[in-house]
Formats: sequence, C-alpha cells, structure tokens
Amino acid sequence: MTVVAPDGRKSEGAAQVTDLTLAQKIAPTVIVDRARALDRIATIDRIFHQLTRGAAIAVLIILGGVIVSLIHGALPAIQTFGFGFLTSQAWNPVNDNFGAWPAIYGTVVTSMIAMLIAVPVGLGVATFLTELCPHPLRRPIGVAIELLAGIPSIIYGIWGLFVFAPFVQTHVQPALIAGFAGVPLLSSLFAGPPYGIGVLTASFILAIMVLPFIASISRDVFETTPPVLKEAATGIGCTTWEMMRYVVLPYSRAGVIGGVMLGLGRALGETMAVTFVIGNAHKVSPSLLAPGTTISATIANEFTEAVGDLYTSALIELGLILFVITFVVLAIARYMLMRLERMSA
Amino acid sequence: MSLYETRRKNNAIATGLAWLAAGFGLLWLTLILGTLVYEGGRGLSPTVFTQMTPPPGSTGGLANAIAGSLLMSAIGVAIGTPLGMLAGTYLAEYGRHTKLAMIVRFINDILLSAPSIVIGLFVYEILVHPMGHFSAISGAVALSLLVVPVVLRTTEDMLLLVPGSMREAASALGAPRAMVIGKIAYRAAKAGLITGVLLAVARVSGETAPLLFTALNNQFWSSNLNAPMASLPVVIFQFALSPYKDWQQLAWTGALLITCAVLTLSIVARTLGAGRRKSR
Repeated sequence: MTVVAPDGRKSEGAAQVTDLTLAQKIAPTVIVDRARALDRIATIDRIFHQLTRGAAIAVLIILGGVIVSLIHGALPAIQTFGFGFLTSQAWNPVNDNFGAWPAIYGTVVTSMIAMLIAVPVGLGVATFLTELCPHPLRRPIGVAIELLAGIPSIIYGIWGLFVFAPFVQTHVQPALIAGFAGVPLLSSLFAGPPYGIGVLTASFILAIMVLPFIASISRDVFETTPPVLKEAATGIGCTTWEMMRYVVLPYSRAGVIGGVMLGLGRALGETMAVTFVIGNAHKVSPSLLAPGTTISATIANEFTEAVGDLYTSALIELGLILFVITFVVLAIARYMLMRLERMSA
Repeated sequence: MSLYETRRKNNAIATGLAWLAAGFGLLWLTLILGTLVYEGGRGLSPTVFTQMTPPPGSTGGLANAIAGSLLMSAIGVAIGTPLGMLAGTYLAEYGRHTKLAMIVRFINDILLSAPSIVIGLFVYEILVHPMGHFSAISGAVALSLLVVPVVLRTTEDMLLLVPGSMREAASALGAPRAMVIGKIAYRAAKAGLITGVLLAVARVSGETAPLLFTALNNQFWSSNLNAPMASLPVVIFQFALSPYKDWQQLAWTGALLITCAVLTLSIVARTLGAGRRKSR
C-alpha cells in the first residue's frame, strides 16, 4: 500500500518502490477504487462542511425570524397607535386603546432597583470567594452559587408569592410607610397601603434571582487578573481592599461591566419571578409599594386571554419593545466581555 | 489618626462588607431552597406521580404534567441538539476565524440570554397562529429554540479544548476533515458534548414563559402532539396563582420536583465536564 496524502497524491519514496511489483499486478482496480473512494470522501467532506455552515446560518435566520415575525405581528398596533404607544398610559381592552408606558416603566424600574441591590452584593460575594473565603470552602460555595444560577425562575416567583410577599406585607412595608412618613421625597416613594405584592417586592425577588448570576460571572472575571499583579500589590504593602480597588477592579472592569449588563439583560426579560409578585396594574405610580406591571408580566398574564387582533398585536408590540431593549443591553454586555477576553488572551 | 490606621480601618470595613454580602446572599438562597424542600416535601407522595391534575377540591397528582414536560423537553432537545451541534462544529472547526463565525458567535451569545417569553411569541406567530390552535409540538419547537444556543456554545467550547495536535496527527494520516471531526474531535470531546446537552435539558425543563402560549395546558393525560399539553412549569404557574389550598400544595411539590431535576442534571453535567478537564 502506498501512502496517500489528503489531496490524493501518492507520496514519493521508498514505500512506493518496494510496492511496485505488487502494484503492477493489482494496479488498475486499485487506482479506480482509490479514485472512487477519494471522490466519495471529498463529497462527504463537502456535504458535512456545508451542513455545519448551514446550521450556523440557521442561527442567524432564527434571530432574523424572531425580529421579522414580531414586527409582522405588531404591525396592526404600530399602525394604529404609532409612536404614541410608547408614551401612552392607557390600557383598555374594551375600547381597544393600548399604551406601553406603564409596562416599560415597570420593567426598567424593577430591573434598576434589582441591580442596585444585586450588583454590590454580587461583587461582595465575588470578592469574598476570590480573596476572603477559607480555601476548603471556596469550591463548594462557588459551585453552590453556580448551581443556584441555573434554578428556574418560577421557583423564585412561587417563593416570592407565598413566603416573601406576606412577610413584607406584615413586617417590612408598615415599617417603611411609618418610617418615611415625614420625609419629603421618600414619603411619596413609600406611600399607600401595604399590599405585600408590588414594585419593590418584585425588584427584590429579581435581585435575589440575578445575584448568583452576577456573583459567579464576577468571580470568573476577577480570577482572570494575573496573580503576579496581585502579588506585586501585596508586595508593596497594599491591603486586601486596596488590591481589589486599585488592581483587580481596574484590570477586570470591562468584564465586570459585561457581567452586570448580562444580569441586567436577564432581569429585564425575566417573566416568572416577576409575574407572581408585581400585582399586574397598568399604571405608573410614584410609590414603590404600589402594584405595577412589566412587559413580560403583561404578556404572560394576558396573551392567552387576549381577544381581538389589536389586543394581541399590542401585546406582541410589547414583546418587540422588550426584545429591542434586551438586545441592546446584551450586545453591550457581550462586547464588554469580548474586550476582556481579547485583553487576557 | 495615622494614614496606616486609616488604611487598616478601610480594609476592615471593605472586607467586613464582603463577608456580610456573602452571608446575605447565601442566607436568601438557603431560605428559598429550605422553604421549597419543606413545603414541597409535605405534598410528596406516590399519587403525585400516578394521578392527573385534579379539579379544585379533590385530590390528584401531576402525572400528566410530568409526562408532558418530559415529552416536550425530549422533542425540543431532539430538534435543537443536532442544529446546535452542527453550528458549534462550524464555529470551532471549519470556520473558526471566518467573519460568519464571529457574527454567529455574537448572535448566539445574545440568543443565549434573550428573554424566553419573546421566543414564545415568535413560535406563536409562526406555528400556533397559522395552525389555529395551541399544540404540544409548538411548545417543543419553542423549547428547541432555547436548546440551540446552549448546545452551540458548549459544543464550540468543548471542541476548542481538543488539542490541535490531535487533529494534525489525524490529518497527517490522511484522514479528511469530516473524518477528523467525526472520529477524532467528537470522540475526544464526547463528555463535554454530553454536558452541553444535559445543560440544555436543565435549562429547558424549568422554562415556563415560552410554553404559556404555545403548548398551553391540559387537565388530562394527552400524548397528542397536535393538541394542548400540560407541563410542570405551566401547571405550577396556574396552580400557585389559584386560591385553592390543594392546588397550591401541588404547585410547591411540582416546584420541588423541577428543582431536583435541574440540580441533578447540572451536577451530572458538572462532574462529566470536570472528569474531562482532569483527564486532559
């Protein structure tokens, strides 16, 4: 047998010479067989190549399909309400009059409050895991947090509804209302009867949900800091805090921002953790204790019950708005994380 | 106060806060899991697995919801895995440095964390609306769209872990590219690829939002893919929001079942992945 290179050329050299007599006897059939076999292999290779390429393109088509179908579904609502849809506070299925502002407002406010809680705590947990935690505990706690990041959000939602909301209603909200009663600005933020469910409760549940996510990403990102840099910092006498503040954080800033944006993307699009505890009221209320709604909660609650094309279409337009918002946030997040990867590579 | 003391004080405050943050975070997460085990465990009995979802006021189980979840997840994974794996192969093997691969990588990362409710709307638009009714198959398609990004990402990552020298050795023996990938790269990354599928199953089995208006719900046992089908997450959603005590109890039990399934899957995936990394 002669050695055949991938492109089918016979290799030169001794092997060929010793095979010569043998080859002369069986040559015609072997050459035809080999050519056929090579042909087949090349075809298989081409087909496999195109198949994988097609699958990669299919991913792009899926995204394109999502955008196109959402725009198509939202068209009746877009034509009826125009840009006023974004700012209108109306939500009246009976008169077919819809506006997205309460849902957009609820989505943004709950996510912002959630990030306000989850980011400092998440960074704290990441710092704890990379610097402070006793070594034998690091892996178990780290793994536990990663596992928690994968728990379905409906679990957080059901816990929020049955355990957290009643607790907030009886213990936290009365104290907040009484505590801030005399303070000028804050009294309107914490006003109204203590429902238990509402914007603040939903934000807190969201915060707990994205916390493991932000913590585990930040930990991974912190760990990309070269040990040499940290050792150098400790070597010139920096405290742990100074090392984190002046070495680790500046080095991993892009990654931390990326991780936080990823968490924000999750929070904005989260449905189940919020739907249970937001209260589903289509109004913008200055009080954080009042019930509100978010885009995803509105869709989840009303879509199957929506009668009439315009109602359905308005809900799909809400979905489109949500998709655009999260797309932008996630694109920024990925860009930031890619920058860090390139830096550490 | 000397500079030294100030620095020490700042450090103590900062590290103290980090400890506090860790305690705070872990406290809530253990609280949630604890409640879940307590409340869900109370309703755990064999009837949960053998009886159908009951009308309010009578006893029953979650059998149809569990079966529906299993069936739709299985179909979703069966559709999504080949697509994700092939695309991941393109990104890691044929088109590693091409522009197309870069764009797909970026888009896939976005799909990975895109709101799942939007995927539900998408499938409603392309399947449920034209068909005119809710169906299990559209639920499975919605789930498969969530499987693709997860499998794609892990496939690419795991194939990239396969040393290039192995591919070169195979090519030097004359193996064509397709064979190098199929016989060498896939085999070397097998555990990792399985990890990806398991992670995708874990992700999909708890998804509620995309099923709400694709597969809807069904109070009875059904294996008809062309009809609405119950699933655990949707049943939990419906039962938890109901005013009936026994429905709420079933919701807790269902939540516990899902959490156990997801945690088991993630742990198995993790050990497989860890074994892979150690043996390398």
